[in-house]
Amino acid sequence: MAEQQTPAPIRAEGTAPDPLTALGKTDSAVVRDALGVGFAVGLSGFAFGVTSASNGLSLLQTCALSLLVFTGASQFALVGALAGGGNPVTAAAGAFFLGVRNAFYGLRLSQLLELPRWVRPFAAQWVIDETTAVTLAQPTRRARRIGFVVTGLSLYVLWNLTTLLGALGAEAIGDTAAWGLDAAGPATFLALLAPMLRSTTERAVAALAVVLMLGLVPVLPNGVPVLVAALAAPLVLFVQGRRASAGTNSREGTDR
Amino acid sequence: MNIWIAIAVTAVGCYAVKLLGLLVPVGVLEKPLVKRMAALLPVALLAALTAQQTFAEGQNLILDAKAAGLLAAAVAFVLRAPFLLIIGAAVVVTAGVRALGG
Repeated sequence: MAEQQTPAPIRAEGTAPDPLTALGKTDSAVVRDALGVGFAVGLSGFAFGVTSASNGLSLLQTCALSLLVFTGASQFALVGALAGGGNPVTAAAGAFFLGVRNAFYGLRLSQLLELPRWVRPFAAQWVIDETTAVTLAQPTRRARRIGFVVTGLSLYVLWNLTTLLGALGAEAIGDTAAWGLDAAGPATFLALLAPMLRSTTERAVAALAVVLMLGLVPVLPNGVPVLVAALAAPLVLFVQGRRASAGTNSREGTDR
Repeated sequence: MNIWIAIAVTAVGCYAVKLLGLLVPVGVLEKPLVKRMAALLPVALLAALTAQQTFAEGQNLILDAKAAGLLAAAVAFVLRAPFLLIIGAAVVVTAGVRALGG
């Protein structure tokens, strides 16, 4: 994608092209970045394993989630909803809606990676926040492919290993609440959410969602309030749209 | 059994949307409103889930040591701590407040 590429720096004629700026990055630099993200985030599978086990899921169920779902926020959401004794389909719906963003990552990635069609079903499981972030940051197709594969592989292996260790650890620890481990789930959500709160729109959506959530928890069955709170997104967009069109209307009014 | 159903539905659904993104032709989902919704939906869900898992237990609203833990996580984020340290701060402070009888 052209808009992703930084313009080539203007170089005086005769100077040897600097490989770092000409190609953007060496392969090993890409691998280093990718492994950094893969390891840092992969380790937080431990928090998921602990949370899942202490919410009453078995070792097999916990590991199945990390192997088959492999998108952290959805996994945390699902085990949280199941712990509340919610309906399985309502619980899955919340997790699914959180996973929908990955479709939009896939859209960008298929343009950037230019994968052959037969590879895509295999690459799909790795289409998540972290692989997208690393891939988008790379300047060339080669670097993007290396970044995607190295981040995806290191994160997948480590996330599943630490999930297993976390679940085993939770069983060994027993009372995970005494260790404050029940705070790992909400803290993970906060850590994912905070970087998204860039503009007033995002903050308004987040604030409205919190108000809806806390207001509805006492009155609606488990798992349902989060789905209603998700309506904060279309509500804020709708109000914004109304304001924008009201703004253009009043400007047209003064023109006349 | 209910848990396995939820796991199966989530796994199939989450894989399907990942694959969908890689397979659809460019331009189909690239409408401004759809993109805005896709960006804002996780914001609403993550905010709601943070609030729920901090302040709700079943259908009751509660205020316990986790609130202090979340505050610590927020401070860690503002101080630009890495992802794991943010979670670590929440866990340590929650455990600390509980140990002190909070």
